[in-house]
Amino acid sequence: MSDIRKAFENGKAFIPFITCGDPDLETTAKAIREMAENGADLIELGIPFSDPTAEGPVIQGANIRALAGGITTDKIFDFVAELRRDVKIPFVFMTYANVVYSYDAERFMARCCETGVGGIILPDLPFEEKGEFSAVAKQYGIDLISLIAPTSAGRIKMIAKEADGFIYVVSSLGVTGMRSEINTDIGEIVKIIRENTDIPCAVGFGISKPEQAKKMAGLSDGAIVGSAIIKLLEKYGKDAPSYIGEYVKSMKQAVSEA
Amino acid sequence: MAESKGRFGVHGGQYIPETLMNAVIELENAYNHYRNDPDFNRELTDLLNNYAGRPSLLYYAEKLTNELGGAKIYLKREDLNHTGSHKINNVLGQALLAKKMGKTRLIAETGAGQHGVATATAAALMGMECVVFMGEEDTKRQALNVYRMKLLGADVIPVKSGTATLKDAVSEAMREWTSRIDDTHYCLGSVMGPHPFPTIVRDFQAVISREARAQILEKEGRLPDAVIACVGGGSNAIGSFYHFIPDENVKLIGCEAAGRGIDTFETAATVNTGRIGIFHGMKSYFCQDKYGQIAPVYSISAGLDYPGVGPEHAYLHDIKRAEYVPVTDDEAVNAFEFLSRTEGIIPAIESAHAVAYAMKLAPTMDRDKIIIITISGRGDKDCAAIARYRGENINE
Repeated sequence: MSDIRKAFENGKAFIPFITCGDPDLETTAKAIREMAENGADLIELGIPFSDPTAEGPVIQGANIRALAGGITTDKIFDFVAELRRDVKIPFVFMTYANVVYSYDAERFMARCCETGVGGIILPDLPFEEKGEFSAVAKQYGIDLISLIAPTSAGRIKMIAKEADGFIYVVSSLGVTGMRSEINTDIGEIVKIIRENTDIPCAVGFGISKPEQAKKMAGLSDGAIVGSAIIKLLEKYGKDAPSYIGEYVKSMKQAVSEA
Repeated sequence: MAESKGRFGVHGGQYIPETLMNAVIELENAYNHYRNDPDFNRELTDLLNNYAGRPSLLYYAEKLTNELGGAKIYLKREDLNHTGSHKINNVLGQALLAKKMGKTRLIAETGAGQHGVATATAAALMGMECVVFMGEEDTKRQALNVYRMKLLGADVIPVKSGTATLKDAVSEAMREWTSRIDDTHYCLGSVMGPHPFPTIVRDFQAVISREARAQILEKEGRLPDAVIACVGGGSNAIGSFYHFIPDENVKLIGCEAAGRGIDTFETAATVNTGRIGIFHGMKSYFCQDKYGQIAPVYSISAGLDYPGVGPEHAYLHDIKRAEYVPVTDDEAVNAFEFLSRTEGIIPAIESAHAVAYAMKLAPTMDRDKIIIITISGRGDKDCAAIARYRGENINE
């Protein structure tokens, strides 16, 4: 089993996302340290993909900037290995199936294991297709994170029963990005999840404000935020890490009050 | 553990966000129900025959045959269909299916604009809302088709992300579908994407080979020696091949867009230059770098300018049942002009790729051999671009 469980031992979890290499790896490293120091419980590290079909415009932009800067899967593994010398917070990768497939799934999992990345989120790998990656992930102790969506009716039980690490509850229809409100009945989804597994679940997609994070964490075990952080990188570039630190601090405080 | 569905050998599958899973399951169930429903099939046949103008002609191209001096050449005239291409075959099927499912809105991607025009047409006919995603680059290359779609009542959304071509239009249509599923059917235009699309689109396009097989038997009393079609995602090709697949002596040849050549980076010849990967809902061959980043592809033809190929084609390639050959821009443009002059038929630049390969193959075959070329669409839409290619500027 991975270290993901630890992320949920410090009250409700706050899980920030960052695209590696946007705009460069030095900035990513600084941002990760800021996140860790300001209360993040688990960090989602995005490995950019040329055609991220589950992302809205904000994270698409981060993918393009990172790839334009020459980032590759190998560079990201080397970067994480270096970071791991002193940064101990649990990590999961978030990328697309083709990135793992092209790297060779076994080689990818082996390097995750080596560099201390406990899980992988692949938004284009639904329950029906996970077999091809989950066997080799298990072999290396990597959790392949399952997603449950507002449209998952009738599928929640099946997904929850086989889930590892934590469950990523997708708050809304559509792609990633900030939303003014979330209308899905998250409580009902979480209830069915709880009936079928005791692994934690966190809510993501559309969360940007502390009140939203507090509400979503109140209904689950934590909140995941991506686009709002990428927005800070978009706005402040290399100066973004300190703003990210402040933001993470306010969000962790909000989920702690949930 | 649930089983992966819609496999063609190792290819195919359903690599899509969880948000869409129940939508594709609902689609599969509806299709399995209606495909055997006599009323549905009667309605579809009526639309194909009385609205789209089927069956399409199998025309003996005598002048072309004599000019090339080899095998006898027949043209399967999908360019004569209503809306000017084979795309209408699939669209009428899917729109009717969507309507039976209670959907009121169709979304689609388009490259050259032919599929977008066909979808906008079916939506107009059936009283459905229609939104078409088209790469911004393609909206410029195919301005006439953009106007046609708008005239038919569709919204055309220019897609600026990525390379602003067909693959980006597919990505954007998928994103739109995840945000609005209840009333919306994604009318995918090729034999690609997640299961059940490759199967549904193939079945609706298989009318091409069902007719062609019967027509050639009637005219020649025997099967052809080769069937040639162009391949982007591969819908007209799979439609042209399908009923000939069991006929082992019929060579099946798919013509890929090589752009400026398969030894350059400016190519879209997926089977010839790609590797197996996972993208747009399917496992298949894709043009990509060693880290799995999808490569920008290039072809003069907006309809073949796609970095992947349908999973059934990938499988037919793997088992060596079909052969996939590269055809360059230059060869396609020559064929576009040659067919226009010899037969008075202006083919779509996509279809001209198939004609170009036939021009190489026919002279190497004996005069008692037979080739069928599928003319997937008509070339009016391409005239301005071909003129530009030849250094002539005509205002559309």
